Amino acid sequence: MLTEMLNTQIAVGLLQCAGAILLCLAVVSICRRFGVSVEKETAISLARGLIQMSIVGVLLATLLTGGLLVGAAVLLAMVGAAAFTTSQRFHELSYAFEISFLSIGSGAGTAIAFMVLTKGLSTDIQVFVPVGSMIIANSMNASAQAMERFRSDVTAHVGQVEAALCLGAVPSACVSPYVQTAVYASLLPRLDMLKSLGLVWIPGVMAGMMVAGSSPLYAALYQFVIVTAIMIASAIAGMTVIAVMRRRAFSSAGQLLLRNSTVTKQRGFWAKLLHRDAGPQPK
Amino acid sequence: MENLSPRSTTTDLDPSDLQSVHMETKNLTRKVGARTLVDRVSVVIEPGEILAVTGPSGAGKSSFLRLINRLDEPTDGLVLIDGQDYRGFKPPVLRREVGMVMQGANLFPGTVGSNLQFGPAQSGFPLDEDKTNRLLVEVGLSGYATRDVASLSGGEAQRVSIARTLANQPRVLLLDEPTSALDETAARLVEDLIVKINRERRMTCVIITHSPDQAERIAPRTMYMASARLVAIGPTRSILHAH
Repeated sequence: MLTEMLNTQIAVGLLQCAGAILLCLAVVSICRRFGVSVEKETAISLARGLIQMSIVGVLLATLLTGGLLVGAAVLLAMVGAAAFTTSQRFHELSYAFEISFLSIGSGAGTAIAFMVLTKGLSTDIQVFVPVGSMIIANSMNASAQAMERFRSDVTAHVGQVEAALCLGAVPSACVSPYVQTAVYASLLPRLDMLKSLGLVWIPGVMAGMMVAGSSPLYAALYQFVIVTAIMIASAIAGMTVIAVMRRRAFSSAGQLLLRNSTVTKQRGFWAKLLHRDAGPQPK
Repeated sequence: MENLSPRSTTTDLDPSDLQSVHMETKNLTRKVGARTLVDRVSVVIEPGEILAVTGPSGAGKSSFLRLINRLDEPTDGLVLIDGQDYRGFKPPVLRREVGMVMQGANLFPGTVGSNLQFGPAQSGFPLDEDKTNRLLVEVGLSGYATRDVASLSGGEAQRVSIARTLANQPRVLLLDEPTSALDETAARLVEDLIVKINRERRMTCVIITHSPDQAERIAPRTMYMASARLVAIGPTRSILHAH
């Protein structure tokens, strides 16, 4: 009976996945009209997402009885995976993985620690890992958005940055406008998320708690705490990554190193295998 | 070492206050991977002279100039300023003294005045309104202080770029093809300005130019580069005649 039900659930789930994948690919193919060809990257990402989530499902099923240490180890591995994913978009930066790991780890670590210490997050692995992973995922996004914005702004304004250097400015002053926009760009989606909370979307955790029988008001307040923790983690991740990247963008003699032509690292075998595409390429 | 030699504050605009600088490069070299951008260039730049740098595209002229104010790091060789290795100076101090005007004006968004005030503000000596206006008069842009840089013509923008560099009172002026993007009239105005600055401020100038006529008009001496190397240096007319 149980096996039958599980098989039915998995079969239904796979059918739903197939439907979602088909619709997603159809929508992405329309992006071609805007000169953006991301079908291949989307297909790889969808395949990765499906495989990874299936593995996580199996892992969680086997780890459900684990304690805080097991949960922390799982989250640490997630931070590593998030840093690897982010760093692949910045393969020309030899330090991309370390600054991604540092920023995601510090952002998510601070928020998760705060929630655990204030009893806002249970150390029960069934809650600890899913909620922690939400915070890590958002830190990863914030970190990647900040890095991308800073890199694109600086490389687009090399002339002005070097003009400022030539006028005797210290490196941090030369890139200060781009630091501000990068940190703000990384916060914007999280700020919008916070603003629209309850108005535009009711997050999954709240819905899940209500289904499980919690008071709707408590579920709402708890969801607010989680989204605020996400905001905290994202802000720390964005600021950390830019603080380190700003320093690494210049040599010790104040020479700009962050340029389009900078290629300091060749992509490795696993990087090539797991991430064939780094994003839409200009035609 | 902070300043290259005794001088007054950064914002004192009295040209007679400045002392010309003796510069020398010894086997100056820059390699990036397998490419050699500048190959063992040794040259003496006399105090107060205008030295033109010519040669075909890709000869290493801009790379050479960028090494002189340490925008790029030499992989070998050195630059001596008044006999001292320039690596002994803090880079911001060095770059204030060895000013550089690039091919594009690269002005910062805002007004002409705010662009002029940027450099002095970095060293803690803000440029007041009076000094800003005097600088603008010097470059022939009187009354432009409140103009938005977006409204400037190419020639005006390049003159603002020169004025912005002069606001730091550098004692060496490096110019990387400052007139290449300008029409003939605007180019002549910038040329005249460079000669005037050199005469009035006794400022050592090194200018990259693709125009033999321009080199002949403004520079008594010219160095010719090809394939990252210094091929010849001497009186402009004889160098241009030989190459």
